[in-house]
Amino acid sequence: MGEAPGTLAASWIVARKDLAIEFRTRTAFLSALVFALLGVTIFYFAWDATAVAAADLAPGVLWVIFTFAGLLGLQRSFGSELADRAIDGLLGAPISREAIYLGKALANLVFVSGILAVTIPAVVLFYNLPFGPGIGALAGIAALAAVGLVAVGTLFSAMAVNTRMAELLLPMLSLPFFVPIVMGAAQSSARLMAGRPIAEAWPWLRILVAFDIVFVTACTLAFPYTLDE
Amino acid sequence: MTSTPVVQAEGLVRSFGGRRVVDAVSFTLRAGDCLALFGPNGAGKTTLLRLVAGLLAPAQGTVRVNGVSIREGAAARAQVGLVSHASMLYGALTVRENVELAARLYGCAEPSVAAHAALALMGVEDRAETPARTLSRGLQQRVSIARAMVHAPRLLLCDEPYTGLDDAGSAALTEVLTERREAGAALLLVTHNLTEGLALATQAAIMRRGRFVRHEARELLDPSSYQSQYRELAAVHD
Amino acid sequence: MTSASEPLPTARPRRDPLLGVAIVAVALVYVRALAFTPIEARQGAAQKILYIHATSAFIALYVAFALMAIASILYLWLKDEKLDRVAESAAEVGLAFTTVVLLTGPLWGKTIWGAWWTWDARLTSTLFLWFLIVAYSLLRGAVEERGRRARYSAVLGILAALLVPFIHLSVYLFRTLHPMPILLKPSAPSMPSEMQVTFFSAFLAFLLLFAALLRARYRIATLRDHVASREQEHA
Repeated sequence: MGEAPGTLAASWIVARKDLAIEFRTRTAFLSALVFALLGVTIFYFAWDATAVAAADLAPGVLWVIFTFAGLLGLQRSFGSELADRAIDGLLGAPISREAIYLGKALANLVFVSGILAVTIPAVVLFYNLPFGPGIGALAGIAALAAVGLVAVGTLFSAMAVNTRMAELLLPMLSLPFFVPIVMGAAQSSARLMAGRPIAEAWPWLRILVAFDIVFVTACTLAFPYTLDE
Repeated sequence: MTSTPVVQAEGLVRSFGGRRVVDAVSFTLRAGDCLALFGPNGAGKTTLLRLVAGLLAPAQGTVRVNGVSIREGAAARAQVGLVSHASMLYGALTVRENVELAARLYGCAEPSVAAHAALALMGVEDRAETPARTLSRGLQQRVSIARAMVHAPRLLLCDEPYTGLDDAGSAALTEVLTERREAGAALLLVTHNLTEGLALATQAAIMRRGRFVRHEARELLDPSSYQSQYRELAAVHD
Repeated sequence: MTSASEPLPTARPRRDPLLGVAIVAVALVYVRALAFTPIEARQGAAQKILYIHATSAFIALYVAFALMAIASILYLWLKDEKLDRVAESAAEVGLAFTTVVLLTGPLWGKTIWGAWWTWDARLTSTLFLWFLIVAYSLLRGAVEERGRRARYSAVLGILAALLVPFIHLSVYLFRTLHPMPILLKPSAPSMPSEMQVTFFSAFLAFLLLFAALLRARYRIATLRDHVASREQEHA
């Protein structure tokens, strides 16, 4: 028998497992994707196109929809672990508790990134966004926002899944935490896509980066306390 | 090497809601030992098993596996295999994927080889590519057992592993457990089936309301009278 | 665990003298604020709402919320149930104070600015604080098992405390970049001494009130846990 896997290797094993399960059924991913596309479309028709330019609307719509679609994905994060107490299999294995959290967060990150990969081009298309360097910046901002969303959402998902009102509780817990993410992402992407200098977007980007660092650390440390030991 | 017991539990205490579910339990198992643990429902057997597996933290007491405390870090759990009430399987994954996952988590050098071997031992290798949720309860139980053995653990913790198994499955399980014992592993077997338990046991204990009310070596007890003695002890008159 | 070693709060309803003192103090401050403190020149009588509004806001964030966060950290470290009850009580009383802030804010705002709600930095932050405490209460309501409830609440409490600076920063940044209706600045630094005294007394009185309410709420929590323990023992 070889060496028990270290935290990073174990996280990767857990992430692969979650992605394999998700890939097998695909329903959650497709639902979240359809929700995102529908949402983006509906928002377009909810505004007076003559009063507000679509391109001005786009950042706000994108990041709000991203938040709710992300929540749909996060909901299913721990469901498979409870069904037959599969979580005991992970807890009994020689891997750290943090590895379980990081693995699941990583899988959620892939999930959310997949949704963004389709939603962002859709927004660019539907809202007539100019193709410029701003689009590349959008991808970078998306990455930062996704990390923050997934860090907090995965932790709360671990808690909510054990309660009676999981579907309601997860949004209630997470949304206040998503506010700095949405603000940071929307404000910085709006400025960058309008061609403004990066210095204007920089304060918002700093908030995003700081948020990611603080909450990835805090949630990783807090995760073991959400387990029944 | 042989002087270190495989598992040493001392003074384990665990409460739920103010009630002591495990109350000062101690035992030691060496290589080749099998402790058959009997007791009525609610005696605390499952909780004890989870304490030894490192899934629960004891309020007091320690569990040492190969001399290392099970709560001290992840590595101590590498030697433990667990078969519990629930199947611990991922329904959407295939049988093979479930066992291979365990092999990877426990650091097996060649996960697919180990998984195939474990599945073959329990006679489910022909179902390797079917999703776990499509299997009957009995077959799922076999997969759970294969999953627990894939890394050749030195300590096997089994919570009523014979549940749901047909004759072939039971025979396979007994064979596997015997082989593991002979290879130097220690077993802790929780069961309601006295015959099966005593067949494998080198020690036998009866647990009631969190305590071991009887604990002795197998050769010291008489199987024919044990049954009635157990019924008496297990009758709960609260 | 709540055990026989912790004295059971008496079953007879007992008036807490602290609560009486606090209520009297608050009443006295009202009298002072309304009758004995000069009316502020620019804002008029409406400025007097600030004696409640500003003090409640301060207590809600820096006392109630901070207490909840600290009790949460200590609970995860020491595992003492009493700390969980302190956090629970601080959150609930803090929710009351935060609600007062959110109700008095618009009252003042309507008089001064002509608008019920502007996204004033402080008011917005308080709104988010309110959401956080509501989420905390919902989480507690959703978990039945005591140990798990305490752990989950403690985790949320600590994360919420970490979030507060980010909310403040984001809202502040948002506001400085978005010109808002010109605000009349609340009392200039050179406040007449009578107003300073009133503010200070108001702060003390409300602090007393907070302490009294906290203690009452803590007692209720202890009683409830005792009853639950007894029920479980007999089950």
